[in-house]
Amino acid sequence: MSEKKKQSEDELLEKVTSTEYKYGFTTDIESDTIPKGLSEEVVRIISSKKNEPEWMLEYRLNAYKTWIEMEEPNWANVNYEKPNYQDVIYYSAPKQKPVLDSLDDLDPEMKKTFDKLGISLEEQKKLANVAVDIVMDSVSVATSFKETLSEKGIIFCSISDAIQEHPKLVKKYLGSVVPTRDNFFSALNSAVFSDGSFCYIPKGVKCPMELSTYFRINEAGTGQFERTLLIADEGSQVSYLEGCTAPMRDENQLHAAVVELVAMDDADIKYSTVQNWYPGNDEGVGGVFNFVTKRGICYKNAKISWTQVETGSAVTWKYPSCILKGDNSIGEFFSVAVTNNFQQADTGTKMIHLGKNTKSTIIAKGICAGKSNGNYRGLVRISKGAANSRNFSQCDSLLMGDKCGSHTFPYIEVKNNSSKIEHEATTSKIGEDQLFYCNQRGIGTEEAIALIVNGYCKDVLNQLPMEFAVEAQKLLEISLEGSVG
Amino acid sequence: MLKVKNLKAGIEDSQILKGINLEVNAGEVHAIMGPNGSGKSTLASVIAGKEEYEVVEGNIDFEGDDLLELSPEERAQKGVFLSFQYPVEIPGISVSNFIKTSISEQRKATGMKPMTTKDLLKMMRDKMELLNIKNGYLSRNMNEGFSGGEKKRNEIFQMAMLEPKLSILDETDSGLDIDALRIVANGVNKLKNKNNATIVITHYQRLLDYIVPDFVHVLHNGRIIKSGGKKLALELEEKGYDWITKEADNKWDKLKI
Repeated sequence: MSEKKKQSEDELLEKVTSTEYKYGFTTDIESDTIPKGLSEEVVRIISSKKNEPEWMLEYRLNAYKTWIEMEEPNWANVNYEKPNYQDVIYYSAPKQKPVLDSLDDLDPEMKKTFDKLGISLEEQKKLANVAVDIVMDSVSVATSFKETLSEKGIIFCSISDAIQEHPKLVKKYLGSVVPTRDNFFSALNSAVFSDGSFCYIPKGVKCPMELSTYFRINEAGTGQFERTLLIADEGSQVSYLEGCTAPMRDENQLHAAVVELVAMDDADIKYSTVQNWYPGNDEGVGGVFNFVTKRGICYKNAKISWTQVETGSAVTWKYPSCILKGDNSIGEFFSVAVTNNFQQADTGTKMIHLGKNTKSTIIAKGICAGKSNGNYRGLVRISKGAANSRNFSQCDSLLMGDKCGSHTFPYIEVKNNSSKIEHEATTSKIGEDQLFYCNQRGIGTEEAIALIVNGYCKDVLNQLPMEFAVEAQKLLEISLEGSVG
Repeated sequence: MLKVKNLKAGIEDSQILKGINLEVNAGEVHAIMGPNGSGKSTLASVIAGKEEYEVVEGNIDFEGDDLLELSPEERAQKGVFLSFQYPVEIPGISVSNFIKTSISEQRKATGMKPMTTKDLLKMMRDKMELLNIKNGYLSRNMNEGFSGGEKKRNEIFQMAMLEPKLSILDETDSGLDIDALRIVANGVNKLKNKNNATIVITHYQRLLDYIVPDFVHVLHNGRIIKSGGKKLALELEEKGYDWITKEADNKWDKLKI
């Protein structure tokens, strides 16, 4: 490489680190918070603030007792200063909780926030036919399309409402896929989760619209502990969208969500995530810690498909997984994970094959720029009884510049000799030849990178619902502005 | 249109071009021939602006602009097109998407309105017909799994779509069988008019049976050592390069003394 070329590359890499997070702003809404720290007392306060029944309090207290005996895991290939769990505020709710018939009644401040994000709810309602359950700092403030959904018997509400109104379903399924003691963060979440979404699709019902929740962390220093429970009864179908952006903060924000999916016989769940939480500044200060446990269980002939586009957070620890319990069930995982500046990600999936003729597909695409570190960690486990099961895995990494790192940790355990497993992995750089080719056709370097990255991620982006794919593409471009390899 | 003056360029410490002078006018076809390693592809790359080459002396004027001051994309936007000897793959990006991006970026740079999808598709269809390209081609990914002939035809298709003022065809004939060669050459001939110019870089005379040049230049050891009409190409075919290169080497050796 000539000196001149090297210099211009360095300059461009400089530019990467000077690209600031574009969604950094806070909304000035009065909040009701409790003191910092976690204790049995705090768990009781959270439960009582939410007017929860006794069984729910018991569940939380059990989880708290489990959690204090557990240790934060160290095995992920990420480096960060462990949060001080006694320095986190575990509950925060906007003071007035307005009941809204329409989105016009929304707090003007809050509305402004959404406008800045380019998420016009009215537009979304009209254009995308999306029912939006907005979670702003832990408590749902607006729910739409509820009526249309209830005609079909679909329940789509906040988990707090579900605990009050559908205790039987919640009691039966909460913690059934991700048990409290599954890991450190799931135990923490089970003790203090403030809100989240609940969804139930009755037998044979095809959900007529994409269900969507936008998450935001708004209160400085407030950890957000989302809890999502989605149950698709026999033969039902649903597509669920989850998208996130967070305002800029100096201190690290802790996020430990739990998502549980239950796909009964012949049910089909598609769960899509676009995650763009504040990744920290160009010196690696601040940013969200994102420790998420997502898991689904498939019964006979059921299918769960996870799609994620991860561009945010300072540290990501996330493995959306499928337990393929029923015969002929299918699990899919499509992922694009982008890391830039000092971001670190350890993400992947677990496919646990228990039933016969079960099938799983994993397509994971990592993109690393700046001084970031991106890891794929995946487990494919084929148990003794999972005859004729199949897995296909493809893990690709794309590197930009020479200061980032990428690792792949595929774990494969096969206890059945009628099963078939395929694993493909590649690591590539955006080639100078590719860039020059694009340049020669009049396409500038920034545009060329966006084009090449989009091509690279196509298999995953194609899985997203249309309106989400556009947003995801925009996010990729913003996240990689100024990067070059 | 293009005036190359005393161009000296190379990679790192090795100088490859040692003083090139070349003038190309609108409506002309120039062939640059020469043995392997004479600097043909380097000349094409330097005109297009590939950064790994360093220009140490001389200048390139293109319609009043100093090309050496412009980035590769700006040169392309001014109307300089390079048909690559080894076109690269861009996985996941379809031919139509790539060309659409290319055209819209070039129009944006020159202050033109974007083309409507309808017009763009019509133009694509017309140019496909011109180059005997079958349906289904537009949705294939850029050069991914293309045969040698398909890659070269894809280059000429882009040239047809972008309508450049100056096209440089770098060893477009290499790796083509006679049928593919004929198709590509016919395409180039159909796109030729009095307002554009073509530089054909080739090792063999074969391509010049189909694309007939107005001028032939022989490049050797970083210099143009002989220029002439199309007859020169035939002469080279017959006698090889030795008779001129030896003469030139002697001349430069004497000068050194």
